[in-house]
Amino acid sequence: MNILVCLKQTFDTEERIVLKDGRIQEDGVKFVINPYDEYAVEEAVRLKEQHGGQVTLLCVGPSRCEEALRTALAMGADEALLADDPALWGDEYTVAKVLAAMARTRPFDLILAGSQAVDDGSGQVAIRLAEELDIPHIGTVLKLEVAGQQVTAHRDAEGDVEVVRGQLPLLVTAQQGLNEPRYPSLLGIRRASKKEIEHHTLASLGLQAEDIRPRTEVISTYLPPAKQAGRILQGDLAQQVEELVHALCDVEKVVG
Amino acid sequence: MVKNVLVLADVRRGTLRRVTGEMLAAARRVAGSGQVAVALLGHGVQPLADSLGAAGADTVYVVDAPELAQYTPDGYHKALWACLQACQPDLVLLAHSAIGRDVAPRLAMRWGAGQISDVVAVEAAGDDLVCTRPIYAGKAWTKVRFQTGSMVVTVRPNNLPVSTAAEARAGTVVPLRVTWTPADLRTVVQEVVAKASGGVDLAEAKIVVSGGRGVKSAEGFKPLYELAEVLGAAVGASRGACDAGYCDYALQIGQTGKVVTPDLYIACGISGAIQHLAGMSNSKVIVAINKDPEAPIFQIADYGIVGDLFEVVPLLTQAFKAALAGQR
Repeated sequence: MNILVCLKQTFDTEERIVLKDGRIQEDGVKFVINPYDEYAVEEAVRLKEQHGGQVTLLCVGPSRCEEALRTALAMGADEALLADDPALWGDEYTVAKVLAAMARTRPFDLILAGSQAVDDGSGQVAIRLAEELDIPHIGTVLKLEVAGQQVTAHRDAEGDVEVVRGQLPLLVTAQQGLNEPRYPSLLGIRRASKKEIEHHTLASLGLQAEDIRPRTEVISTYLPPAKQAGRILQGDLAQQVEELVHALCDVEKVVG
Repeated sequence: MVKNVLVLADVRRGTLRRVTGEMLAAARRVAGSGQVAVALLGHGVQPLADSLGAAGADTVYVVDAPELAQYTPDGYHKALWACLQACQPDLVLLAHSAIGRDVAPRLAMRWGAGQISDVVAVEAAGDDLVCTRPIYAGKAWTKVRFQTGSMVVTVRPNNLPVSTAAEARAGTVVPLRVTWTPADLRTVVQEVVAKASGGVDLAEAKIVVSGGRGVKSAEGFKPLYELAEVLGAAVGASRGACDAGYCDYALQIGQTGKVVTPDLYIACGISGAIQHLAGMSNSKVIVAINKDPEAPIFQIADYGIVGDLFEVVPLLTQAFKAALAGQR
C-alpha cells in the first residue's frame, strides 16, 4: 500500500508568541512536527508495517521544515518531498493545489494528514486536497482499519463516534487519540540522515503562479490584551465559597 | 462586495443550534440590501424551516432526503452545491462544527473560493469582507480578507450576536430535489456511538467545568460532573488529565484539543500550561481552584481559591444548588 502523508512544521505548543513589526518572530523557537500530523505519520508507518508498501511525506514550507521531515523519516517514512520555493507558498487554497501537484508525482492508495495544524488551526488543507484529487475523505479519525480496498474508520463528531466505511483511494485526517506516536530509533535516525529530500519549485511541479494564487490575505496580526490576574479569595473555605458564589451569581451574572 | 449570502443551518440531533441564528444575524449585517438564504439539509428537517424567516432568512432551501439522515461529506456537499447553484451567493457561512468544518473546504475548493475558518467576528469594510480569527489557538489574532468574489467562512459558535425580531424576513421555503447514485456516496456511516455525556456540548456551553492532573483519576471527575449538572455546564479537561487516561480526548481543551470561550470557566486542579491557557483564556470569567498558590492558572484567573479541589468543588456544588434554588 502506498501512503502519502501531508506534514507541516509548527511551533512547539509550549512556545509563546512574540510579535515584531506585526510579524511573528521565529528566533529561538522550538519547532516540531504539527502534533496532528505526527499521528498521521505514525499511522502511516503502522499500516506499512502491516501491509507493506511505501510512505511518502509531502510538505510545503521553508527549508527549516527539513528537520521535521527527517524526524518523520526516522519514525519510518521512506521518502520526503519539500516545496521550499517561496513561489509555492500562500493560503490554504495555494497549499492544497501544491500538495495535489506533488501527490500526482506518486502512485497512492491512501493519504493521511492531521485534522488541523496547531498554528493556523483552519483545518482546510487536507480536505481541499481530497476535493482537488477527487477522492473521498473521512475527517477527525480516532481509529483506522484497512483490509484490502475496504477502509473502516471511527470518526470523532463532537464527542459522538461515527463508524464510517469507504474504499481506497481515500484521504483520512487524524484526530488526537488515533495512536501514540513513537520516538525515532537510533537506527532510524541514522538511516534518515542519509536520505535525499526531493525539493520542488513552481517549475518542477509544472505549475503557473496564476494556478495557485491565494484566495485570502492576512491584513494584520496582533496579540490579545494581557489578562490581569484577579483575586485570590481569603478567609476560611466556607467564606471563600460563599463569596465566589455571590460574585458569579450577582456581580458577574454568569450563573443563573 | 457581499450581496447574497447562503447560510448552512447547523442541525444536531434534530434541532437547530444557536449558531444558526448567529450566522443569520451576521449574514443580514454584511448583506445589506442583498438576499440571505438558508440551506437546511437532513432527513425529517422540514419542520425546522418555519423558524428561519424570523431569524432573518429571505429564502430557505430545504433538501430533505434519507441520504442526509447521517452526515457524510459527499451527501452534504452535493446538497449544499445544489443550494449554491439555486441562490448564487457571494458568501457561504457555515458553523465551525463537526459538519461545517468537514464540508466547507470541499465546497470552497470546488467553487475556487477562499475560506476563512473559525471566525469570531465578520464585518464589511468598504468593498472588503474582513474576518477576525484566532491563530495558535488564541495566543494571537489575525484579520483576514478575501481576494476573490467567492467566499466561504466558518463561524465559531458562541461569538457572534444573534438576530433581533427587527431582522425578520419572509423565509420562503423552497424544497430542492437532489438525488444520489450509490457511487456518489463514497463513504457510508454504519453506526453512531453516542459518547458525549450529559448532553451539554463543550463548544456551545455557557459554563465549562474543567479538570486537570489534580483530579488524580477517572473517578475523581465525579465531583466535577456533579457541579456541572447543577450549573448546566459541560465538562472539559486538560491534556495532562487526558494523557493520564482520566478522561476521553474528546474533552481536551487546549492548543491540541478544543478551544472554548464560555461565560464562565472553572479550572479544577489545572496548573495552567501554556498550551492549555491557549484553549480557554478568552473565557469571560475564569475561576481557578488549585492546591498550589504558585500555579500559573492563577495569573489569568479572575477568582482563585487555593485549596484541595475535592474539598472545594463539593462545597461549591452545594452552595450553587442553594443559590439557584433561591432564585426560583
